[in-house]
Amino acid sequence: MQSAITLPFSQTPLTRPNHVLGSTNSIFSTPRSLRFCGLRREAFGSSSPSNHLSLRSDRVRIPSRRFQVSAASSSNGAPPKSFDYDLIIIGAGVGGHGAALHAVEKGLKTAIIEGDVVGGTCVNRGCVPSKALLAVSGRMRELQNEHHMKSFGLQVSAAGYDRQGVADHANNLATKIRNNLTNSMKALGVDILTGFGSVLGPQKVKYGKDNIITAKNIIIATGSVPFVPKGIEVDGKTVITSDHALKLESVPDWIAIVGSGYIGLEFSDVYTALGSEVTFIEALDQLMPGFDPEISKLAQRVLINPRNIDYHTGVFASKITPAKDGKPVMIELIDAKTKEHKDTLEVDAALIATGRAPFTNGLGLENVNVVTQRGFIPVDERMRVIDGNGKLVPNLYCIGDANGKLMLAHAASAQGISVVEQVTGRDHVLNHLSIPAACFTHPEISMVGLTEPQAREKGEKEGFKVSVAKTSFKANTKALAENEGEGIAKMIYRPDNGEILGVHIFGLHAADLIHEASNAIALGTRIQDIKLAVHAHPTLSEVVDELFKAAKVEGHATASTVSEKVAA
Amino acid sequence: MAVSSSSFLSTPSLSNSKSKSTISFSSSISSFRHVVFRSSTTTPSHRRAMTVRSKIREIFMPALSSTMTEGKIVSWIKTEGEKLSKGESVVVVESDKADMDVETFYDGYLAAIVVGEGESAPVGAAIGLLAETEAEIEEAKSKAASKSSSSSAPADSAEAVVPSPPPATSSPAPAIAQPSPVTETVSDGLRKTVATPYAKKLAKQHKVDIGSVAGTGPFGRITASDVEAAAGIAPSVASPPPPPPAATTPTAKAKASTTNSPPPLPGASIVPFTAMQSAVSKNMIESLSVPTFRVGYPVNTDALDALYEKVKPKGVTMTALLAKAVGMALAQHPVVNASCKDGKSFSYNGSINVAVAVAIGGGLITPVLEDADKLDLYLLSQKWKELVGKARSKQLQPHEYNSGTFTLSNLGMFGVDRFDAILPPGQGAIMAVGASKPTVVADKDGFFSVKNKMMVNVTADHRIVYGADLAAFLQTFAKIVENPDSLTL
Repeated sequence: MQSAITLPFSQTPLTRPNHVLGSTNSIFSTPRSLRFCGLRREAFGSSSPSNHLSLRSDRVRIPSRRFQVSAASSSNGAPPKSFDYDLIIIGAGVGGHGAALHAVEKGLKTAIIEGDVVGGTCVNRGCVPSKALLAVSGRMRELQNEHHMKSFGLQVSAAGYDRQGVADHANNLATKIRNNLTNSMKALGVDILTGFGSVLGPQKVKYGKDNIITAKNIIIATGSVPFVPKGIEVDGKTVITSDHALKLESVPDWIAIVGSGYIGLEFSDVYTALGSEVTFIEALDQLMPGFDPEISKLAQRVLINPRNIDYHTGVFASKITPAKDGKPVMIELIDAKTKEHKDTLEVDAALIATGRAPFTNGLGLENVNVVTQRGFIPVDERMRVIDGNGKLVPNLYCIGDANGKLMLAHAASAQGISVVEQVTGRDHVLNHLSIPAACFTHPEISMVGLTEPQAREKGEKEGFKVSVAKTSFKANTKALAENEGEGIAKMIYRPDNGEILGVHIFGLHAADLIHEASNAIALGTRIQDIKLAVHAHPTLSEVVDELFKAAKVEGHATASTVSEKVAA
Repeated sequence: MAVSSSSFLSTPSLSNSKSKSTISFSSSISSFRHVVFRSSTTTPSHRRAMTVRSKIREIFMPALSSTMTEGKIVSWIKTEGEKLSKGESVVVVESDKADMDVETFYDGYLAAIVVGEGESAPVGAAIGLLAETEAEIEEAKSKAASKSSSSSAPADSAEAVVPSPPPATSSPAPAIAQPSPVTETVSDGLRKTVATPYAKKLAKQHKVDIGSVAGTGPFGRITASDVEAAAGIAPSVASPPPPPPAATTPTAKAKASTTNSPPPLPGASIVPFTAMQSAVSKNMIESLSVPTFRVGYPVNTDALDALYEKVKPKGVTMTALLAKAVGMALAQHPVVNASCKDGKSFSYNGSINVAVAVAIGGGLITPVLEDADKLDLYLLSQKWKELVGKARSKQLQPHEYNSGTFTLSNLGMFGVDRFDAILPPGQGAIMAVGASKPTVVADKDGFFSVKNKMMVNVTADHRIVYGADLAAFLQTFAKIVENPDSLTL
């Protein structure tokens, strides 16, 4: 295999400086806006003067060369090993991007292969454009709520919208973020190789038609595509996935949303604000499975019941036919348990939001003896790919949706960084329980760590007590000033040592509030320490502050804190 | 606690939120709360059918104001089976004037919801059941079910009682063998009912049997507007006699609506009264039992207009000026400020509270300027603005709209020159104010001049206020308005 390397060693340092110099002119314009989907901020941290950046890539390049030299000299006596790259990443989504930026920072010569468009799902068909739509829906909802406006003393005449204008906003945002992403990688000297990438063998990758390159390490970051259960015919017009819905080519009068997770919930927020009526179809017995039960109950009261939404739970959509021949979209519902036919729905459109399937076909995994599990690439806790015999495949990693550990953009990015840390000699295991998640409805839902039932189960198994502290947005000055007092925050913790097990927030700006808790979990900060931290008054962050202060840690209790035990 | 030491933090600390009422998540009127739970053991003969052994309490429709006879459930904050702690808000009730949170005074479980969201129930009727323990939930549920089928409780369908979480797993098969008389021809009884989520919600709210509504939406589906159009048939569904077997209901209904009133004109939409409209309607009918008479009086307003121009920049409104003038005149004629409630005696009211009629979206409400004779003009104006704001957002507290002793109604801003107001029950008199208009007048020497005049017309209860009383009051009122300097004192 090693003999296949054709590029002369000396060529590498020659071509690279050109590339770096050539691309530094096109430094991205608005780096600060790039916080979507967990893009790593430090990559843009010192971006203001452009010479600063080029200096930085110089600094980066030098250790890169040194690394290769040392690699060659250390393999004393063995045939000289040289690679085109230190690291090749297949897939330029948010995960690949995060890994690439960190790799450059660590001095690795890095290439990223993209067969579609840079940015992947998050930027082009996921979190980013959906945030644009949700920004619109939030404002529409507010303007339509006469009562809310009047309570501020504001008078607003009838609010309306222009569908194309809304769609353009989403599209423009995606384009802008995509350009920022591309430019940020170019500016740091990451080679962006266009074409479909696949693994040819250990440390060898093919991209495009027949370009073969080698790398010391390979990261697979190919992400996922919307999952469409069988029996459902997607035509892209009346039966759609999130990919189509984000283009907002139409606003149907009545849309059925199959699946009431994050994606379904966010779209229900968008569609109802724009005037659609929504019917949820959920296979489990409760809407919003996966959220803390208390949060989902409250969320249902606020996000579902008062809106023009009805729902069918405990049913599968066994067959969905798009509208054609003058007939509406037909949805056959069967009981999730007995599989008996239950109902037939006739709606104007159906959005399939049943989750996402890994995009791992045609990756050449058979060349390294890797067998996917339901499409997911099996990995260990360090994202090292496991082959069909349960053995680690050397120098091959898989991050993000493709490994299915936690299908969130920022989780992919964090996994990518973790891999880069490992390949540059620092062992790192990512704590997935510290990765926050958010659903950007109005108001927002956010969470990190365990739900209450999960924590209680764990506590029972491992023999520790679990306590819960709760606060309400209704007691928060800033929330009340905004007339948005609806919401709660709850923290699940160990009263014996003050460890935070999980935090769940439903309320105004919940997605921004969760990070204090996720950072505390990631850094292992205990409640008795963080409760002494000061929060500006009046801010929403005091909701979280109140949580810490309301918790009662044994041996650290003060007279002013009262914990609340919740009956199991 | 560190935060509570901040003097700017006005809200109570939530560290012990469980026992505090601040945990309620619904509308903003949180200061006005009522006890609504009492044990069913204390209600004689209320539901004799059920054996009251266990600690199952009925949740009653509370009386949220003195005029309230029935209330509408805006929303249930708690769902069936949910645990309740003392002090938690359980349900939001729309009274005739405002939406209010109602909280529990007992711990337990919300076992059953008898009256669903959007439905109404008379004050004192059971709207839900509270079980003390989880084990009693089932028992309570069966009680709730038997109650709705065997009593005249306003819960009109089992759907409100049976705790099936998805309200629309399947559209209920229409229990009707023949089309409803109001709707147009729906002859295909076999056709599956397709209704949009909002249509179903509205149907539930207005108690419309969705199966009897003709769908005019795309693919013949029932849309929200179809339900709204059909909503007129709702009241007869919840008729007082215990509902006979379902199949005969529509027949009875059909007869009732064909014999009692002519069918509505094609294209007409029938809209049921809101709680506020019902309250107005009830009051208006009641007013017919009071013998009233009317006295009109022209008032010269040149001086008042001049004063108004002067004080307008200070935020004084015409309403406040008139209320103040009325208050001062009433102080000199207490009988006009009196009220007769039982027809046997009457009472001189201790304070002069001028209620002012305000039209708000879909209704009429009379916020009260208390002590209109004593408060100065600027305070009155300020108070008025506050009241109007509260009225618009449905947040008036009962004492802010039902403590009036005299009512002022002004249609002058529409150019109305004179009109006749209906005396609200419980008050002695009401003043109807027309527009102030330039009028040619001849003085006692025969000289003509043009003066601004407005017509005021007072309707009074002749059982206590006689013609001369009213005339003298009006004369005083006119004098005050024509020499308005005293208003600013």
